[in-house]
Amino acid sequence: MPSASVKSAYIKGMRDGAPFLMMAVPFAALFGVVAADAGVVMSQIIGFSLLVIAGAAQFAAIQLMIEDAAIALVLLAALAVNLRMAMYSASLVPHIGSAPLWQRALIAYVNFDQTYLQSMLQYESAPEMTVPQKAWYFLGVATPITPAWLGATIVGALVGQAIPPEYAFDFIVPIMFLAMVAPMLKSLAHVAAAVASVVVALALTWLPSGTGLLIAAGCAMAVGAAVETWMERL
Amino acid sequence: MSYSIGEIWLIIALLGVGTYAIRFSFLGLIGDRKMPPLALKLLRFTPVAVLPGMVAPLALFPEATGGATDPTRLVTALAVVLVAWWRKNALWGVFAGVVVLYSGLILTGQL
Repeated sequence: MPSASVKSAYIKGMRDGAPFLMMAVPFAALFGVVAADAGVVMSQIIGFSLLVIAGAAQFAAIQLMIEDAAIALVLLAALAVNLRMAMYSASLVPHIGSAPLWQRALIAYVNFDQTYLQSMLQYESAPEMTVPQKAWYFLGVATPITPAWLGATIVGALVGQAIPPEYAFDFIVPIMFLAMVAPMLKSLAHVAAAVASVVVALALTWLPSGTGLLIAAGCAMAVGAAVETWMERL
Repeated sequence: MSYSIGEIWLIIALLGVGTYAIRFSFLGLIGDRKMPPLALKLLRFTPVAVLPGMVAPLALFPEATGGATDPTRLVTALAVVLVAWWRKNALWGVFAGVVVLYSGLILTGQL
C-alpha cells in the first residue's frame, strides 16, 4: 500500500495533468478523422493510439501511408519523430532511475511530451520529492490523458468530421508546449539552449521530419552546458 | 492507400515496439547506476533543448496556412512565452495564447 505522501503525489499529478485534455482531445480526434479518411479500419486506429501512443509519430506514419510509401520508410520516419523520447528517457534517470522496474516500465509506456514536461517542471520546482513520489506523480499526470487520448481517437474515427481548420486547433499544441517550456527558462544557460534549439531547427527544416530536431536538440544541450560551465567560472 | 490489413498491422506492431523501446531505453536499462557528470549536465537541458526547436517551425510556417508565415500565430507564440515566463506559470501562458490567437484571427478576418 503506497504511503500517504505518495498517494498525494499521485493525486497532485492527476490534477496537474487534467488541463492537457484540452490539447490531447482535439489532437487525438483529428488523428481518428485522418486515419478513418485514409481507409484504416477501426480496430487498427485503436491499435495505433493504444500501442504507438505518440501523436506526432502517428500523424507522420498516416501521412506516408496515404502516399503509399514503402513500409520501411513509414517506420523510419515515424520512429525518427519519436527519437527525442530517448533523450526524455535518459533525463528521467537521475529522478526515477531507482524506482522499481515495473514502475519504470509503466512510465516508459506513458512517457510522451506532455507527461514528461509536466513532470520535469514539477521535479525542478520541488527537488525535495522522493523517488516514489516522483514516480507516482508521473503516473498521476498520465492518468487522465491516456484514456482520453484513446477515447478521442475513437470518437474522431466514428464522427469522421474534421474540426474546420479556421478554428486554428492546429495551434493549440504549440501554445501548450511553449507555455510549459517558458517557465523552465530560469538561467542564461537555459535561454541560450532554447535559442540554439530554435535556430538550428529552423535551419534544418529541409531534413526528413524528426532528424533536424534531433540535431538541434543535441546542439542546444551542448550550448546550455557550455554556457552554464562558463557562468560558473565567472 | 494500398496496404493489406496484415501490412498495416505489421506497421502498427513495429511502430509500437520501436516507440516503446525508445521510451524504455535509458530509464529501463541504466536504472539507478551512476551517470557521468557531463551527461547529467547535458540532460538537464533536455526540455528547453527539444521543445523550442519542435515548435518554432510550427509557429513560423504553420501547416494551416500552407506554410505561409501568419503574423497572428507568430505574435501568439511570443505572447505565450512572455506571459508564461513572467508569471512562471504554464496556464497563464495558455490563457494569454488563446486570447491573442482568437482576437488576432477575428481581427484579421480569418475567423
